[in-house]
Formats: sequence, C-alpha cells, structure tokens
Amino acid sequence: MDAFDIIGPIMIGPSSSHTAGAVRIGKYAGSILGKKAVKADIYFSGSFAKTYKGHGTDKAIIAGILGMETDDARIRNSIEIAAEIGLDFHFHEVDIDGAHPNTALIELVAEDGKKVSVQGASIGGGNIIITKINDTEVNISGKATTIIVHHRDVPGMISDVTNILARRGVNIGRFELRRSQKGGIAVMIIEIDGNVDEGVNEAISSFPNVTASTILKAI
Amino acid sequence: MKYDSIADLVKIAEEQGVNISDVVIKDQAMVREVTEAEAYAQMEKSLNVMRESVLEGIDKDKRSASGLTGSSAYKMRVVVDEGKNICGKVFGEAMVKALAVSETNACMGKIVAAPTAGSCGILPAAILTIMEDKGLDEEKAVKALFTASAVGMVIATKASIAGAEGGCQAECGSGSAMAASALVEMCGGTPKMAEHACAIALKNILGLVCDPVAGLVEIPCIKRNAMGVANAFVAAELALAGIESAIPADEVIWAMKKIGDSMSPALKETADGGLAATPTGKALCKKVFG
Repeated sequence: MDAFDIIGPIMIGPSSSHTAGAVRIGKYAGSILGKKAVKADIYFSGSFAKTYKGHGTDKAIIAGILGMETDDARIRNSIEIAAEIGLDFHFHEVDIDGAHPNTALIELVAEDGKKVSVQGASIGGGNIIITKINDTEVNISGKATTIIVHHRDVPGMISDVTNILARRGVNIGRFELRRSQKGGIAVMIIEIDGNVDEGVNEAISSFPNVTASTILKAI
Repeated sequence: MKYDSIADLVKIAEEQGVNISDVVIKDQAMVREVTEAEAYAQMEKSLNVMRESVLEGIDKDKRSASGLTGSSAYKMRVVVDEGKNICGKVFGEAMVKALAVSETNACMGKIVAAPTAGSCGILPAAILTIMEDKGLDEEKAVKALFTASAVGMVIATKASIAGAEGGCQAECGSGSAMAASALVEMCGGTPKMAEHACAIALKNILGLVCDPVAGLVEIPCIKRNAMGVANAFVAAELALAGIESAIPADEVIWAMKKIGDSMSPALKETADGGLAATPTGKALCKKVFG
C-alpha cells in the first residue's frame, strides 16, 4: 500500500470519494477513449446518485473527462468549461445492481464516432477501482501503468504479448485475462512497474489477432 | 510491507529500536522506487499544503458554495487570540486549525485528504498545533505524517476509510486515530504508546454514523473535525501517561469493520438518515437544492 493514498491526494474539496475519486474515474474514462470526447452520458448509482450535486461529483467527473487532475482549481468551473468546448453531457440517476455505493458509469463518444463505456467505483480517500470497460468486467486500480489488449481468443496470444514486454525489460506486476466466450474476443489487463513508450503499443497492435491495444498511464 | 496489523508495525519498529515513521519511510521509498529523501520531500509538500489550507480557512467572510457554513474558524481564532477559550491554548489552536482546513474543503479549496476530505482537518490540526506549541522541528511533523499514514493504511486494509462503507467512524475516526499516533511519536512516546493511542482514539468514535445534511461535506463534518482533533489529543495524552487500551488496536479495527458492515445504508453517506433526516436537516437541504 501507498502512504500517499492515505495522506493524499492533494485535492480540491469537498469530498475525497465524491470529488477526487470522481475526477479519477472521469480521467480514466477519458484516457481509455484516448481522444477528445464530444458526448458524455454519466450514470450515477448508490450514494453518487443521491448526493452528487452536493459534492460536486458532476463537476469532478466532467473535469476528469477533460483531463484535469484532482488538485486543479478549474474543477469548480468544469461544467462551464465543458460547455464552452462543445462537450454534450448528461447526468442520469440509476441503480446499478450489486455495484459499490459510489459507482459511476461513463459513456463517451469521440468526434470520429469511437465509443467507450467505463464503470468505476470510488472506494474511499480518492482511490478508485475501474470495474468494467465496455462489456468486460475488470479490476483496475489505476495505480500502475496498465496495458489493455483486446484480441481474438486464439492460442499463443499471451506469450506473443508478454514476450514484447520481456524483450524490453518490462516487469509485469499483475496479469489478468478475461473472455466473454471461448473463441470470442478476450481482454488482457497487464499492470506493469514503471512506464513504457508507445512503441510497445505499436508492437502489440501489429499482431493480426489483436483488435485494440491501449496503454493507460497511472493516475 | 502489507500494512495489515498495527501490532506488526510496532514489533518491527521495536526490534529495530526506531520509530514507526522510520520503518514506514524506508518501506515507502522501496515501494515507490524512490530514495528516502524523495519520499520525505513528497510528504513535506503535503505538510505545506496543510499549512496553506489552514491559512486559507481563517476568513471572516468565508461561506461555502451552498451558503450553509463558514467563518467558524475565524470566530474560534478571535476567542483564542483573546485568551478567552475555556480549554486552553493547545486545544484552542487545534480547534481553529481543524475548523479552518474543513472550511477550506467545504469551499472547494485545496486540501490534503487525510485520510479523506471529510476528515481532512484533524491530522493537520494535531500536527501543526503540537509542532508550534513545543517548538519542534518540521522534520518531526513530516515524519509523523508517515506514522499516521501507516495507521491509516492498516485501517484501510482491515476495515475502511470511506463513509459510504463504514460511516463517519471510518473517516473522522480514522483521522483521529492517525493523529493520535502521530502526536505520540512527536512527543517522544514509544511505538507501543502510539499503538495504544490509536486504539483509544478509535474506540471513542466507534459507531459514529455518516449523516451529512443535504449530502454536503459540511454539517456535521466541519465540527466533527474539531471533535476529532480533541479526541486525538485525549488519546495521545492518555497513552503518553502510560495508560493502555485493554483492547488491542487491531481488534478495535476489527470491531470497527463489523460495526460499519452492520450499519444501515441510511447512515452511510446517503443523506437518508441521522441528522440529514431531521426536520431542520431536510429544510436546509430544501433551501440549497429546492
């Protein structure tokens, strides 16, 4: 565990779970989209749904989608900033069955039509867990650089991808493989120590059975 | 280190003949792949933000965005400056600072979550007050933040630091226990005393619900920060006098987890119960949100 998860984050108030954590969920969703969002639908569940207005959770999520950090004073004005730069956003209060009390589901659309859906929970003290990316259940804390590889469920994929990392001396801290069905689309979630450059992403993407690869920096 | 037991932390510190902070700084430097000096520098930055949030919060005209709260740190400051507060200088100063940081937070100002924003006033108030009162070096304050972080990490691992999961005992309770252990170390107490201070502080706040009026981190959060720092001083004072907690800190944390689990969701940050559900609480909510 990290001391600065407890004494920290340095943040704009008023709530570490409802403001700082929400900024981080938004930021993660924005970086998974990887480009400027033009439309955002944000679904609040549990305590988020009941109290988001009072905690500035709406401002925080939007600030995160726009790429702001938890201590950015512009969080207070993020709604106005988003409107100015043409982000069409809507908030919805829902009840996501079985979800953590502080859960948000964010659907983003980019200018070119690329869509992502990211569900995350704010678990206290500004810490988060990303629980779903598109239709795949995941478990990502965002504390380490994370490589997400979507690929066809065929033999040899794990060794192909991990060999690329091994050749560059990259150490894997956590590895997870999920698939919706045998032979369908599978997702590798690889948390690594330190950072890697985009060259790794290009190398992974060049495998014919890889449909998408994204490197997400730690937040 | 796993940070899953206060007793283990104390044992390691005792075996090495050092403070808990020394163990934690060394471990954190390793985990973060930085030097001990770099880890220290990062914590020093947090201490500086804490100082700024105290200064920002003492303002006669300060009101939160909702308009529900503000300027209580200023009122307390005036009374302490005039020497009229009934609990003496240290308690007075601590309350001023706890209120100030909490009000800065409510006004969407910059604070350090410790462990959360709702409880952000307790730890800075404890550390900055004792540092000033005893004329201690800043180094002791920065190191004490590492000790506090270790206590918080164990609580986060074994129970919770989120009001939505464990009620206010998880936020102001954790902040108070962290501050109590930090105070003990700053005042020259042993790691074992820091453990007792953690246990005593937490025991005193067990069962405290999270019932924010209108769902805002204002009522009763701001005043609970003043209570939290007072409780931290009580626990540290007792521990430094050699008074022990009959229930070990790790078992108190276990109890805290069980209590949090059995609390109604209405009392865990949903603004459905407790003070939020009183006629006045509801009226204030209506005033803010219509």
